[in-house]
Amino acid sequence: MKPAAFNYAKPSSIDEVLGLLEQYGDEAAILAGGQSLMPTLNMRLSTPSLIIDINGLDSLCGISVESDHLRIGALTRYVEIENSENIKTYAPLIAMAMPSIAHPAIRNRGTIGGSVAMADPAAELPACLCALRAQIEITGQEGVRKVAAKDFFKALYETAVRDDEILTAIDIPKLGKGFYSAFDELARRHGDYAMCGVAAHAHVISNVISDLTLVFFAVGGTPVIATNVMAVMEGKAVDDEAIATAQSTLQNDLEPFGDLHCSADLRMHYAKELTKRVLNNLSTSG
Amino acid sequence: MANQIEETRIAVTVNGEKVSKLIEPRLSLLDFLRNELELTGSHVGCEHGVCGACTVQVNGKIVRGCLMLAVQTNGAEVVTIEGKSESGEIADLQKAFHERNALQCGFCTPGMLLTAEELLKKNQAPSRKEIREYLSGNYCRCTGYEAIVDAIENVAATREGA
Repeated sequence: MKPAAFNYAKPSSIDEVLGLLEQYGDEAAILAGGQSLMPTLNMRLSTPSLIIDINGLDSLCGISVESDHLRIGALTRYVEIENSENIKTYAPLIAMAMPSIAHPAIRNRGTIGGSVAMADPAAELPACLCALRAQIEITGQEGVRKVAAKDFFKALYETAVRDDEILTAIDIPKLGKGFYSAFDELARRHGDYAMCGVAAHAHVISNVISDLTLVFFAVGGTPVIATNVMAVMEGKAVDDEAIATAQSTLQNDLEPFGDLHCSADLRMHYAKELTKRVLNNLSTSG
Repeated sequence: MANQIEETRIAVTVNGEKVSKLIEPRLSLLDFLRNELELTGSHVGCEHGVCGACTVQVNGKIVRGCLMLAVQTNGAEVVTIEGKSESGEIADLQKAFHERNALQCGFCTPGMLLTAEELLKKNQAPSRKEIREYLSGNYCRCTGYEAIVDAIENVAATREGA
């Protein structure tokens, strides 16, 4: 199991990356942390003729606190996000998700931009970014544009990034007053891709939930925003009845698939269980 | 696109020794260590990041040797299980694994040791749950993990008491 032959470039500027992308188009693959790309290369699921290693682009590294949002450079590694006090303070949902993302040796290399650009439907961060209404920054020859997370994930492994563009940063709004997050997933082994997972974010005051975002992953081709559940929960106090309503409404939001690890029915069962857990979790936070 | 592959020269420090080699870009760090440098302590398992048998240290952090290209280590410091063994840094972990029977076939052991070493650097007194979580990316198909967790717990306790 070895990759097909490719050439290797390690540019020292974004302009140089964009030049190579223009020249090679979909024959090029961008190498960030490599924790998803390398398996696909090893298995020859992808056979690019050029690997563009962006690990020399220091401008894409790091987390900065802006006036109303956090800016996370695309090349920021999971381990750095996991250890960041700013992430804990301003985007606790991301901090909650980190321990579930793969394993330590992978978190030492993997990057947030790589995960988001890869758009694996079972990945945690795409769902978290949708729940937090993050903006994703994409750079191309014409300049920089920002796309809302909910519009970024188009289909299975398909995103708003075009072949001649690169994802450069992620902007996450700072945690609002009275807002809380909850995260949970079910996986066969700690750190493996989930069979079902959910990211939740809401305003909570004395057990009453409003402005909820509830986003599932590993249940469809992209993160699935449970808009119907979000609507029925608006202004509701979290009790057994509200949870039952949320659970029965889930069938209007999710159409889970079955696979080797988990049937469609079991996924739906897990989604209901996780909904209960995160709603209870949110209600006791506020 | 017809592809004329250009080999790349890398200069990397492996277990404290400077190495310079001309390599194909597609060569993984793991195959570089095993086939070019004959450091066969890092094992080829799944080659897609699941099993952890290929764990090595790059610039002081554990990584999957199968999920990094050798060309990416140009200018880096790589340490393998051979380097760690020779330096004596993990002698207590190795002894504890041996004494507690925390290995049978030994295939996963280099990865387990390097992962355990990093855990104990970050957390001097981990709970059994924390040990299991940190080792979650390393498969052992012989022992069932209990003895491995025991061995690491014993080393943590001994180091704490020292």
